[in-house]
Amino acid sequence: MAEMIRISGLSKEFGEEPNRFVALKDINLSIETGDIYGIIGLSGAGKSTLVRCINYLEIPTRGEVVFDGKHMDALSKKELLAVRQSMGMIFQGFNLLAQRNVLANVCYPLEIAGVPRDKAKARARELLALVGLADREKAYPAQLSGGQKQRVAIARALATKPKLLLCDEATSALDPNTTQSILELLKEINRTLGVTIIVITHEMKVVESICNKVAVLDEGVIVEEGAVKDIFVAPKSDIARDLILPKGAAVSEMPKGRVIRLVYHGTESDEPTISNLTLACRVAVNIQGANTKKIGDKVYGQILLQLPDDDASVKRIYNYLNEHGLTFEEVN
Amino acid sequence: MKEFFAEAFAEGMLSMYGEAILVTLKITLISTAIAYLIGIPLGVLLYCTSKGSIFPNGPLNAVVGFVVNIIRSVPFIIALVMIQPLAKIIVGSKIGDTAFIFYLVVAAGPFIARMVESSLKEVDAGVIEAAQSMGSNNWQIITKVLLPEAKPSLITGSAIAITTILGYTPMTYLVAGGGLGQLAIQYGLYRFNENIMYISSLLLIILVQIFQEVLSRLARHSDKRIRNK
Repeated sequence: MAEMIRISGLSKEFGEEPNRFVALKDINLSIETGDIYGIIGLSGAGKSTLVRCINYLEIPTRGEVVFDGKHMDALSKKELLAVRQSMGMIFQGFNLLAQRNVLANVCYPLEIAGVPRDKAKARARELLALVGLADREKAYPAQLSGGQKQRVAIARALATKPKLLLCDEATSALDPNTTQSILELLKEINRTLGVTIIVITHEMKVVESICNKVAVLDEGVIVEEGAVKDIFVAPKSDIARDLILPKGAAVSEMPKGRVIRLVYHGTESDEPTISNLTLACRVAVNIQGANTKKIGDKVYGQILLQLPDDDASVKRIYNYLNEHGLTFEEVN
Repeated sequence: MKEFFAEAFAEGMLSMYGEAILVTLKITLISTAIAYLIGIPLGVLLYCTSKGSIFPNGPLNAVVGFVVNIIRSVPFIIALVMIQPLAKIIVGSKIGDTAFIFYLVVAAGPFIARMVESSLKEVDAGVIEAAQSMGSNNWQIITKVLLPEAKPSLITGSAIAITTILGYTPMTYLVAGGGLGQLAIQYGLYRFNENIMYISSLLLIILVQIFQEVLSRLARHSDKRIRNK
């Protein structure tokens, strides 16, 4: 696959010494054409700054961004504006023009690109049909729900047929059902139009439901990166593990003693794994939390188990798990 | 009461009020319009050159802001005297309606610039960022995003500007201009004909009310953020 975005050695600093703030440190990423690439991290991790360095709304302090073969820092001001027309962007707050109706909002990027008015309107109507809002073209943003506003924003971002769509916390202001429908729409756009998508989020469920690859950002540094399923099965960083664990199961708040995270995938979901384990090892285990998720088209599950205190039982359990080829790791 | 009306509406008085209203309207509308022609670009410049805006320029912002503040801090009646030589050069006379319009424009321009700046500050920064992400240049951001998005607030501001300017029009008597204010002072103050003073003032009040009401309605009507009008 061709490379859509290459980021190498990128750093971004704000302010001057002694108040200098390093937002991003030596970021290296490669995003291929057709990817839905997630960038996940807690708030303040630098995600929004990173996405803004891609379209040069923020100019990196060091390092470079290559988009579709073009070195962003080598572009003139005019060329940069033209390149931005081949990247769409959507936002947490939708950022629609409040004084323009839906149709005129979608026409905006086409006006900027110099497309004649009637052609722009025809294109805008096409896109409104694609996002399922063909009948709301005369409405103003204030008359729409959050999900509808984001659909308009998506239509607007796609108007100039961009190769890349940047999503900055695009579902964070939406309820779970609306989030799901917006994510489905993004997936469909990726599949049918071949648009590469970068998804910035703080929610693992967003990454799990649409991304094929993910980078975990913590305090301005990429702590791990790879296929979503690999990171789910075997997270290497604490921050990734925290993001993956079932909601409410904060490792730091767990009782003393050994807690393991058991991951199962595919066919094993049908086996009564825990019952078998307790019977075979003659021990009692305490389930701290569990859930299942669909990543890509496969089902994955995880269980947090609190193990007995004595080392002998623990050893028996580990042996059993290893013998049965189950993936597990100690989390505390 | 009967006497009041008899005196206030004596022979020829009605046409005098009518003419005074027209002169006042002419002075107010022309000076407001010209002041906006100056105030909008200045306001846009103040907004756009401020820190974190679309083309930040500290020194330029400081200089324009300083000049605007200086003019705004000189009382109108003093500025009027101070810039009389300038009026002579630019409009050819120190006195009369045209000169008075010039004085009003000089005084109101910077005031309007600040109001325009404050209206633009109300535009959501996210919308500007979205426009930038779509490859808009600064001119497009100003003309297609900032000014249209700020329109309701700009109209509300214009109601304040126009009524304030209307309130300054009586000072026209200082430079031998005409209008309702001149009428009130000429007759009320110098000829002790208080009735004409009251009626002229009442007409000024009515004008202010009309401008305020019409522009407020227009602002509300043009604001697409309001769902139920």
